[in-house]
Amino acid sequence: MTSVPLTAGHVAPDAHDPHATSTGLDNKKIAIWAFIGSECMLFASLISTYLIYKGRSKVGPFPHETWTDPSTGKTLHAILNIPVTSASTFVLLMSSLAMVLALAAVQNKNVPKRTTGERILGNSSLWLLATAALGITFLGFQAYEFTSFVHEGLSIRTNLFGSSFFTLTGFHGAHVTAGVIWLLTLFAIDRKRGLGPRDEVNVDIAALYWHFVDVVWIAIFTLVYLIK
Amino acid sequence: MAHSTHPSADAAVVDHHGAGIEHTHPTWSTYWKVATILTLITAVEVWVYYVPAIVHSRWFVPILLVMSAVKFAIVVMFYMHLKYDHRLFRVLFTGPLIIAMITIVALMFLFGKLAARVGGMG
Amino acid sequence: MATIAATPAHAHESHAHPTGLRSWLATVDHKRIGTLYLFTALFFFLLGGLEAEIIRMQLQGPNGHLVSAETYNQLFTMHGTTMIFLAIMPLSAAFFNFLIPLQIGARDVAFPRLNAFSYWVYVLGGIFINLSWLLHAAPDGGWFGYAPLTTRAYSPGLNIDFWVLGLQILGVSSLAAGFNFITTIINMRAPGMNLMRMPMFTWAAFVVQFLIVLAFPVITIALVFLMFDRFFGTNFYTTAAGADPLLWQHLFWIFGHPEVYILILPAFGLVSDVLPAHTRKPIFGYPVMVFSLILIAFLGFGVWAHHMFAVGMGPIADTVFGLTTMLIAIPTGVKIFNWIATMHGGSIRFTTACLFCIALVAFFTIGGLSGVMHASPPADLQQTDTYFIVAHFHYVLFGGSMMGLFAGVYHYFPKITGRMLSERIGKWHFWLTAIGMNLTFFPMHFSGLLGMPRRIYRYDAGQGWDGFNFASSIGAYILGIGTLFLVWNIIKSLRSGTRAGNDPWGSPTLEWAIPSPPPEYNFARIPTVTSRYPLWDMKQPVLTADVPHTQRGDKEMDVAIGGKTVGHPHPAPAPQSTRVAESAMHIETETYSAAELGIALPDPTIKPLFVALGLVIMLTAPLFMHEAQMREIAGNAAGHRTAMTMFWVFALGGASLMVGMLYNWLLTPLESAHH
Repeated sequence: MTSVPLTAGHVAPDAHDPHATSTGLDNKKIAIWAFIGSECMLFASLISTYLIYKGRSKVGPFPHETWTDPSTGKTLHAILNIPVTSASTFVLLMSSLAMVLALAAVQNKNVPKRTTGERILGNSSLWLLATAALGITFLGFQAYEFTSFVHEGLSIRTNLFGSSFFTLTGFHGAHVTAGVIWLLTLFAIDRKRGLGPRDEVNVDIAALYWHFVDVVWIAIFTLVYLIK
Repeated sequence: MAHSTHPSADAAVVDHHGAGIEHTHPTWSTYWKVATILTLITAVEVWVYYVPAIVHSRWFVPILLVMSAVKFAIVVMFYMHLKYDHRLFRVLFTGPLIIAMITIVALMFLFGKLAARVGGMG
Repeated sequence: MATIAATPAHAHESHAHPTGLRSWLATVDHKRIGTLYLFTALFFFLLGGLEAEIIRMQLQGPNGHLVSAETYNQLFTMHGTTMIFLAIMPLSAAFFNFLIPLQIGARDVAFPRLNAFSYWVYVLGGIFINLSWLLHAAPDGGWFGYAPLTTRAYSPGLNIDFWVLGLQILGVSSLAAGFNFITTIINMRAPGMNLMRMPMFTWAAFVVQFLIVLAFPVITIALVFLMFDRFFGTNFYTTAAGADPLLWQHLFWIFGHPEVYILILPAFGLVSDVLPAHTRKPIFGYPVMVFSLILIAFLGFGVWAHHMFAVGMGPIADTVFGLTTMLIAIPTGVKIFNWIATMHGGSIRFTTACLFCIALVAFFTIGGLSGVMHASPPADLQQTDTYFIVAHFHYVLFGGSMMGLFAGVYHYFPKITGRMLSERIGKWHFWLTAIGMNLTFFPMHFSGLLGMPRRIYRYDAGQGWDGFNFASSIGAYILGIGTLFLVWNIIKSLRSGTRAGNDPWGSPTLEWAIPSPPPEYNFARIPTVTSRYPLWDMKQPVLTADVPHTQRGDKEMDVAIGGKTVGHPHPAPAPQSTRVAESAMHIETETYSAAELGIALPDPTIKPLFVALGLVIMLTAPLFMHEAQMREIAGNAAGHRTAMTMFWVFALGGASLMVGMLYNWLLTPLESAHH
């Protein structure tokens, strides 16, 4: 059977939408998912290293155990602060909720709002700002955690735990920072010209990135903070 | 998939913004429910951490891992709407995720973190 | 361009590309970016070759004294780094860029400006890492940079700093390109171009992009650890603090082994497309070729520790990794046999491109066989760190990757430039390369088995290595002369090569349906694809008469993953009757300007270049930090302050340039609506 290739003669050049895609999906969404897949390997490397070096530090402070310095006799307590980190984990989870509400608000921008509640839920600027603010709060918790660790004698140079802990959580924090900047940019655009359904993809990819950073924290919270 | 059955006879010009995510979207109430479940699981995780009987049992780590995996899956399925979205995205995410997890587990074995190795640990 | 709007009467002349320097710096056209990649990578190939020639001169006889041990370390490190990251990967990238959109029937890649960014990061990163030569501080820790050897304690100089930062820069380029091509191949295919109709090269490219986006993050992290160790005093590779000296090796080879497939699979893809054109037969076992690619890629993530048998991982790990390594030989062997079966019974034209394909099949097989030999841990213990390994991976990388890429150069040069390469000079190039390559690398099997270690800059006479080394050096000189024939050929062709026409080889795939070089919009009308070999179906139906492939695909012209159909189908093709009526297939010979055809093209922009420049400037900053630390130790307070000032100027200046230009880029639409 020979088939007739390359016809397309029935389609005038302009009748074919130049932006039509093979799958009907937006390029940006495919790219962000490929990027998230790639990030899985990035955090897998960081988490593996943290776990490999767990319990191998020669000097304290340690994450879950007290340590007495044999030269000074000074006792250092288990350094991880579970209550504070639980609070920051909760904040990050709530930021994900704010993020989905922001996306929904952008998607439903043109749906008429009748009640005050609907107007609040439909306020994309509010939810974008809330997401960013919760992200900044999370970063504040992290800054507090890092400085208090340094005061208690754990720096990135102290031991293997310090090196791998600060690098892993620092990389996560850097991702949160990038996400906050991204969200604030969307917020600024929303204030300037209003984000509507046609911007859905642009908000959606930011949201996917933000939630991914959240799920990475879900893994870190368990593997680093809770498992002793 | 919802959109594979989407009538496409007239889809000569494919809607190029956000095609494929407008159907069967999770609702606001779903989002709130998910947030509540995530908060509850987190609360249980932290609670487990403070119960010595559980901490010292051999179920401590598996319990935490399962709860963490459930949270992970819920966020990915509902907040990242992978449950409702195109199958392609699921492939793009789960493929690398599986390779990443296998790599972590393999490294744990290689560095003697998971099983006693023949000949012991150097 | 202003001329298009201003002078419609002469619009026919304006379809020629603008050719000024600025037009190249600001281009977002995948073909121009591919061309830039091609010539830049060929330049680095010559540079890496020059380093190899000096190495061979040093080792030509016992007790060589051409270069010092320090220089020798820098030479072999930079030879490996250059060939892998600056020559072979970018040569593959040249074909990814040029061919993927043409082979799938698209007007450009999914993100044209990101594509330009990838190129500029690559070329600036290549310059960055080679600037170290000017400071006599070229990287000297091997292309694998084993830590703890590469930590500050054992490698105090700037050498490794250049290497670490340079590789980080190059990684950004590969990753950005990876996301771009994944999206392009999934989403930019012409109607009817379903996955099982894609040309083999596009398939290989598709698989390689997944290897890149999954392998490069791991080396990124390993390099971040090394950077932190070197600049901030962390302990990742400090054994005194309890660090495991194998951490780097594991992370490096989790990246490094997929990297091997990143280097070879594009060449496999090229051969799988070039060979059918020159043997006048469809590729044998297309689906098997596709699945073996996928299997190689997947297994490629599970074999890394075979690079580490000598470190003593224990019998379980050795067994597992030995077995997976032997397993991966199966899909690879399948490909070899499929190429042989493709040639079998074909009417082979022994063009230069075809000869290079055949050479790949032969030489890669030799490299593959020695590879299976050291898949066995006991055998590997005898061979590791000897010249036997050097022989093995040069048969794979030169005999495999380079032969495939040369085949691609000879086959596609007419498409890229519109002019043929000389077959006469090409034959000289081929035979000198084939003879030189085997004379260089085959004796290394013997010197290796006789115990000659790798990476030694000098050896004593009378160990049985002299003759083999002499032969290797002579072979390397022949190889060098052969390469000069390629350079001559390219220059001659650019000046006075025969005009190529659309399809000089009678090839079956879409890229040959349009003029050479293709117009900037590629296809005046986006083709509707109904077959794996659209041009043969039309011009030589007898060649595809018994290809049973694609009738089913006509009904569902969308992506199928895991047997399930996904996505919106494309606009339905015209009814059969219409297509028969127009069966005079449209081979595009006339070129018009995009404006005449009403095709919207992305605007040229120089912003990606500046974003890349900002990134590279920012990553240059740590070099000053090291300098500041050295001056502080030396008690030079003023010098310390100066160096730290430089650090902040570079770090903040680069970062602001990058971020500012990035915002500018992202907030500017891809195409202006002026037409």
